[in-house]
Amino acid sequence: MVDSTGSRVADVLVRGEVIVSVEPSTRTGTRAGTGTGPSGAPAGAMVLDAGGCVVAPGLVDLHAHLREPGAEEAETIESGSRAAALGGYTAVVAMPNTEPCTDSAAVVRHVLHLAKGACCDVHPAGAITVGRQGRALAPMAEMVALGVRIFTDDGAGVQDAALMRRALEYASDLGAIIADHCEEASLAGLGCMNEGDLSSLLGLPGRPAVSEEVMVLRDLALARLTGARLHLLHLSTAGAVAAVRLAKAAGTNVTAEATPHHLALTEDALATYDTVFKVNPPLRSAADVAALRQGLCDGTIDAVATDHAPHPPEAKQVAFCDAAPGMIGLETSLAVVLGALVGADGPGLGDGEPGMTIERVLALMSWQPARIAGLSGAHGGPLVPGAPANLCVIDPARSWTVVPAALASHSRNTPFAGLALRGKVRHTVLAGEPVVIAEEAQR
Amino acid sequence: MSGRHLLGITDLGVDGIDEVMRLADTFVEVGRRPIPRVPALRGKTVVSTFFEDSTRTRLSFEAAAKRLSADVMTFTGSSSSLNKGESLRDTVLTIAAMGADAFVVRHGCAGVPAQVAGWLDQAGGASVLNAGDGAHEHPTQALLDCFTISREREARFGARPARPGVLRGLRVAIVGDIRHSRVARSNVLAFSALGAEISLVAPATLLPPSLAGWPVEVSHDIDALLPKCDVVYLLRLQNERMTEQFLPTLREYTATYGLTAERARLLGPSTIVMHPGPIRRGIEIAAEVADSPVSVITTQVANGVAVRMAVLYLLLGSGAPIGA
Repeated sequence: MVDSTGSRVADVLVRGEVIVSVEPSTRTGTRAGTGTGPSGAPAGAMVLDAGGCVVAPGLVDLHAHLREPGAEEAETIESGSRAAALGGYTAVVAMPNTEPCTDSAAVVRHVLHLAKGACCDVHPAGAITVGRQGRALAPMAEMVALGVRIFTDDGAGVQDAALMRRALEYASDLGAIIADHCEEASLAGLGCMNEGDLSSLLGLPGRPAVSEEVMVLRDLALARLTGARLHLLHLSTAGAVAAVRLAKAAGTNVTAEATPHHLALTEDALATYDTVFKVNPPLRSAADVAALRQGLCDGTIDAVATDHAPHPPEAKQVAFCDAAPGMIGLETSLAVVLGALVGADGPGLGDGEPGMTIERVLALMSWQPARIAGLSGAHGGPLVPGAPANLCVIDPARSWTVVPAALASHSRNTPFAGLALRGKVRHTVLAGEPVVIAEEAQR
Repeated sequence: MSGRHLLGITDLGVDGIDEVMRLADTFVEVGRRPIPRVPALRGKTVVSTFFEDSTRTRLSFEAAAKRLSADVMTFTGSSSSLNKGESLRDTVLTIAAMGADAFVVRHGCAGVPAQVAGWLDQAGGASVLNAGDGAHEHPTQALLDCFTISREREARFGARPARPGVLRGLRVAIVGDIRHSRVARSNVLAFSALGAEISLVAPATLLPPSLAGWPVEVSHDIDALLPKCDVVYLLRLQNERMTEQFLPTLREYTATYGLTAERARLLGPSTIVMHPGPIRRGIEIAAEVADSPVSVITTQVANGVAVRMAVLYLLLGSGAPIGA
């Protein structure tokens, strides 16, 4: 068992929606047969076999596009939350670039209504500006009153610096967080991949790293000015990581996330013009990937977030310039991150240094994002008696191959199709109810 | 020539380029016959699928296919298939279902011919010829340019081409909007494969973001370069480049990089001037230079048909001798 307080071998007993006891295990580290529960299990209790597994607080995704309302052909809250539960998530933050945009209490209420009965808790993020148009502040207070904690115009950054300043000031009063998609639009232009050697050869217009870095630096300056809480979405460049590192050292109130695909893939994947690899911000160079991994290791980056972005096939079966940006990730994120950060395949932290531990990975994917989203207490542990039973059970040794058609997401745009991964979620427990048992969704 | 598709110059290699040029010699001769037609591709269907306007390249390919006795179908459409509610893949597979042996593909976005080839490989397997994709490649333009340089130098100066590196030792200056030019990318690959030394001449705003790995040198001083060049290759400048803030004015571009009549006097006696067309007289080239003997611009167009016949024949032909 792993949580923010450490690791130990234990049996977890859940009654109703809460953990009632955590006792030293009777079956130390072995994979026992099913049917015979631990000696401490009450008669009639359902036993979830966690032999050889890690029991952890459920994962928390700060960044998922569930597409409902408005683009149900790509994803629904039902299908997206099922994908999330299969990926070990018990809570996801749903991005507001829906249709209509989640920029008012009415739409927030609608999303919360749709999320009843979902396979994980769904927390809508609100838009910073009306219609995500970047012109006028959205009514944040009425959304905060419904529990919204994160505001973002994700899909695009807030281009107007004065408006961004006002948003930070206004959200600060409400105890909310402004999360920015950092891409300066005039520099990013119509670019559809990382600008550099490869884009020059492929003849595709590029989105330069500086388009991200200019806005990261602007936002950090505004966060210093206002003292407001800033969260930076999907960092992708070495320069952005360095800027955040310096800002944190100077005491700026900022957190940041990185996506599994930016940790695992480089722009080289685009050499065949396969549109599944088109994403904003774009896949970058190997040096950027190394900087992101380093940033996660040294605490510069606080969380891994999926930026799960489902699209129907027809949105990708077009010219590269016309293809919708984004890739799905909820069901593959844990295995991809374990592969990128843990053990022998972990980041090169210098000669002889090992990769991350699974405990550190879970911090990045569970309790740290839970804290950023204001969900601590409900999600992210620690696993103690009285705590809500939001759990996942991870088999770190399980090898599996990504088969797009077998994914629970409505969409198939995974960049990891056919890839052999290691590590899979065996069970997920949401408020005491097993929503995934033996890799099968129960709802 | 190996492989089923011609997506870029690297598909060919030096020997492939040489093979096309040798065959094109034959097809130039066919073009001079009273009935300039051979039955080599009788029964084959060539579809020209132009998602971006291009009358010249389309007509050249269609003339080439017809002279080889192929049936020709033409599709022209907007570059954004989504606007019409049909995905690009569906458009291509629909045309393929009508029966096509080759797709000649032009698209405003780089990579489309490669995508089309991927879809067709899973659906019967017609050939794809890249007729220009975004700022990526325009391989048949580069082939006809190599062919034109080789033949013109032989015709004008008696320079026997040393095969297969027929451009060995030549200095070629490519002048203009290299950043947005598929012609420049294909020509850099082809000219360097055949042994030429290449200078790119452009303001920094019109160069690609990176030239790492490109076998070129960069110059911003056209006057210093012109006397040393065997070939001056001018690229078209589009009006959008001013509204997109790449350049202040056309007038300033012409003054700095245009081949004006005055500047043309700097050219050596054995220099030829090329342009992929359509030319903009008075902008990148002065009218009197375009019409002077140093210009081989219309020869390029004429050779284009023979070179495209060669490519179609190599991709679709049976390998049997070209009939009379």
